[in-house]
Amino acid sequence: MSLDGHGVDWAASLAEAEDHLAAATYDLILLDIMLPDGDGRDFLAAHRRAKRDTPVIVMTARSAVSDRVALLDTGADDYVTKPFDFNELEARVRAVLRRRGGAAQTLQTYADLTFDPLTATLTVAGEARELRNRELRLFEILLAGPDRIFSKTQLVDRLFSAAESVTDNAIEVYVGRLRRKLEGSRARIETVRGVGYRLTQS
Amino acid sequence: MVIQLLLVAAILSALLYLSVRSVAFSAVETTQDRILGAATLAIAEELRGGAEGVSVDIPYAAFSMLGAIGEDRVFYRILIAGETVTGYDDLPLPENPPEGLDPTFYSVAYQGEKVRVSAAYRSVLVARKPTEVLVLVAQTRSVQAEIVARLANQAAALGLGFFAVAALLSIATGRSVLQPVQRLAEAVGRRGPNDLRPVARPVPEELGPLVAALNGFMMRLSGALSRTETFIAEAAHHIRTPLTSLRMQAEIALRQTEDEEVRKTLRAMIRSVDDSARSAGQLLDHAAVIYRTDQRSEETIDLWPLVEGLVDSFRPLAEMRDVELHTIAPPEGMTLVADRVLLESAIRNLVDNAIKYSFADGLVEVGLHREGQMAHIWVHDRGRGLSGVRASELMVRFQRGSNVEDVIGSGLGLTIVREVAAAAGGNFKLGEREGGGTCADLYLPLSD
Amino acid sequence: MRGFVFAIVGLIALAASQAAGFEVEEERDFPSLADESAVLSILSTTDSTVFTPLILAYQQANPTVRVTYTVASTTEVYSALHEEKAAFDLAVSSAMDLQMKLANDGDALSHQSAMTSALPAWARWRDQLFGFSQEPVVLLVSQKALAGLNLPETRADLIALMRENPDRFRGRIGTYDPTRSGAGYLFATQDARQSDTFWRLSEVMGNLDTKLYTGTSDMIAGLLVGDIDMAYNALGSYAAASLAPGGDVQIIELQDFTHVLLRTALIPAQARDPDLGGGFLDFLLSNAGQTLLEQTAGLPRINEAALAAGSHLRPIRIDPGLLVFVDPLNRQRFLREWTAAVIQP
Repeated sequence: MSLDGHGVDWAASLAEAEDHLAAATYDLILLDIMLPDGDGRDFLAAHRRAKRDTPVIVMTARSAVSDRVALLDTGADDYVTKPFDFNELEARVRAVLRRRGGAAQTLQTYADLTFDPLTATLTVAGEARELRNRELRLFEILLAGPDRIFSKTQLVDRLFSAAESVTDNAIEVYVGRLRRKLEGSRARIETVRGVGYRLTQS
Repeated sequence: MVIQLLLVAAILSALLYLSVRSVAFSAVETTQDRILGAATLAIAEELRGGAEGVSVDIPYAAFSMLGAIGEDRVFYRILIAGETVTGYDDLPLPENPPEGLDPTFYSVAYQGEKVRVSAAYRSVLVARKPTEVLVLVAQTRSVQAEIVARLANQAAALGLGFFAVAALLSIATGRSVLQPVQRLAEAVGRRGPNDLRPVARPVPEELGPLVAALNGFMMRLSGALSRTETFIAEAAHHIRTPLTSLRMQAEIALRQTEDEEVRKTLRAMIRSVDDSARSAGQLLDHAAVIYRTDQRSEETIDLWPLVEGLVDSFRPLAEMRDVELHTIAPPEGMTLVADRVLLESAIRNLVDNAIKYSFADGLVEVGLHREGQMAHIWVHDRGRGLSGVRASELMVRFQRGSNVEDVIGSGLGLTIVREVAAAAGGNFKLGEREGGGTCADLYLPLSD
Repeated sequence: MRGFVFAIVGLIALAASQAAGFEVEEERDFPSLADESAVLSILSTTDSTVFTPLILAYQQANPTVRVTYTVASTTEVYSALHEEKAAFDLAVSSAMDLQMKLANDGDALSHQSAMTSALPAWARWRDQLFGFSQEPVVLLVSQKALAGLNLPETRADLIALMRENPDRFRGRIGTYDPTRSGAGYLFATQDARQSDTFWRLSEVMGNLDTKLYTGTSDMIAGLLVGDIDMAYNALGSYAAASLAPGGDVQIIELQDFTHVLLRTALIPAQARDPDLGGGFLDFLLSNAGQTLLEQTAGLPRINEAALAAGSHLRPIRIDPGLLVFVDPLNRQRFLREWTAAVIQP
């Protein structure tokens, strides 16, 4: 997770988690149901009773629909079934954060464009352009490291599920789409031959 | 059970009749024999030996007493030294002459009727020489037959009365015994499918063991069921936990290397892990569905919000695969009575399949509308389609299409949907979509 | 013409019966009132005068039936039916013992009807023997002859009376001759069975040159003409019929016991028309028949109440006991003893 640029604090037990939560505020809690010192559900129930509304995504080995319903009823925002794909988790995290919205979300600017992560909209010269799915994800990755070169493999790892086999020019397709969306602004995606891509501005 | 009791009562009554008849017969015969014997002895005792011969004096009472029981014909024969001196000289002699002083009895036919003969033997001294005297007294037994018949008929009437009373009692008993059992059965039958509480209603003493056994059974059953549920959960956990760490390690390794060969291997590994996890998941799902189709807990469900909620939960996944999820709401609300968990299982399977088999940039449409008394939920995609394989084959357990080898699935998904549709009393259709893709249509009976 | 024919028939019948070998005392023919369809032949020990009103009444109801009425002694009636198997449709006799023997030996047919069922149990046997009249066996006494003496109430009284007045009663007592009269034999044997007084009485009578008769009517005649002063064991019905009430002859029912005789009827096994016999029997037993019997024949009807009225009355039972004295050995011995007692050769 930290590879993606998130700040992560890891607690190995409910007790530790309590300590962390007491010390700082978090944007999101990833909760494993089976913990060495107790059932995650009890923690979740207690968390909600204490009126803490930090979003929680539960990780569980149970995939039964009844469990999902129960977890959501207890107060989880979403859940992933183990084993899960990182990108799926990432997608769900983004969805939960987007839903929760609020002050945490601020507009981002780069060069002469503004990007609203909440609505996934790029504003270029006053024109709003919507980014969808993978092209949105690609832009977010590139935007997280401006002028940083991302290799094709790195991009593939982040855009596609680890299990998917990807065609050679799959990245080119999305880069192409994104370039079209960036037209008219000084921001552009530069192909670094043999190395990768980077977001830069001219 | 009542029939059996009546049968037993009937047999007992018949036995009563027969035994009374037989007892009456021997009682009357014994009595008559006694009187007959007494008459014979009365004559025998009056025999006197004199110088000239044996004098026979038949006392009036000897014959008069024979009229005591009824109007039977009387015959007699007295033989002195083997010669008949008086009486009916063709009255049959006994086969075995009596020994000792007591009379013997035998039955013969005489003058067209069955008679009972009593024979007594005496030795009388005539001029100092012992002379044998045989006294036979016989009587018809028509009266005996009459008495026996009368007693037997009375017994028959008694038996019939007894039978009637026994029959009434049997029916009353049967009813009073069966009634609490029936009430108990009704009470248990009225319970919901998940109600395994012990039976607490008061029951008659005799049903105590039954109720205790029933409660014991229910306890074991609910224990077994909860153990099954626990097992399913534990199995899920035990399979997935090691798979999880394996996958995580692989994914981390994938992100840390640029070597294409290594990456290909790692990807293959991850796909295997996902395959196992998915198989396990679907097996457990299937088991859970089977369990629930037997033990449905039904509730009234507002259909569209449920469908929409499910679709929403798939959006992150769809996003990841660059697939558009589109929903088409019905013009009016619809409710049905069904098991929520089963229903969600089925719809999730359909949506999951549609997303899985779609191409990038694909569109999956989910809609709901009313058709007569049925709710029609449809999931259409523009994905790989069924490529000629018949839908019915796909719905057989573990059967997968020929065009989906690189997509992870265990082949149970559609089977689950079909079973859920059947359990709800609805229908499921799967077919090729015109222009490419698949149409999955689920029909469920509405409650309004 | 008819009369002639009937006379011929009557003669032939008589001849037939004579040829049959039993002694007939009387024979009467009652022609049918309408065209003859059947013949009812009755064998009886009772005089025809007694039965005529009944027969005529019966013919009123059954006009097509011709009735022949044959009278014989009790023993002759018995031998006619038992030995000769004479074909009569009905046999009427005052000798209960002989009738009993006939029934016991299978010489009678069963007959059941509403009338027979109405008879009290002691008045019938096996639906084969039926009592149709009951009368006491009585002592007849001339009050004139006994002037000054107390009338005997019991046999003991009678014995004492005779013992104490031998001269007055010598040759003046009459009774049945059991050797020659069936009824007489029956009365004597029943007496002997009933009590010891019989033999003492017999002995006393033997000492007094008792006159012996074969019938009650003769005894009554003897009383009326003055041959005898007392008649022992007379038929009550004859006495009541023949003696004027308030007259000299007193009918005494001895209080120690008075036998009640039943006149009985049976349908012989060899009857030509047993149903006809049964029909007449039913008529005899019917209320009309019984009333007629009582009023015109002087034969009292079967009446249970009448028996209950006097504790001295002992009905002679229709039971196998009657066979005892029919037994030849017994009869022989009894008559031997009786003769020794009464006749005293």
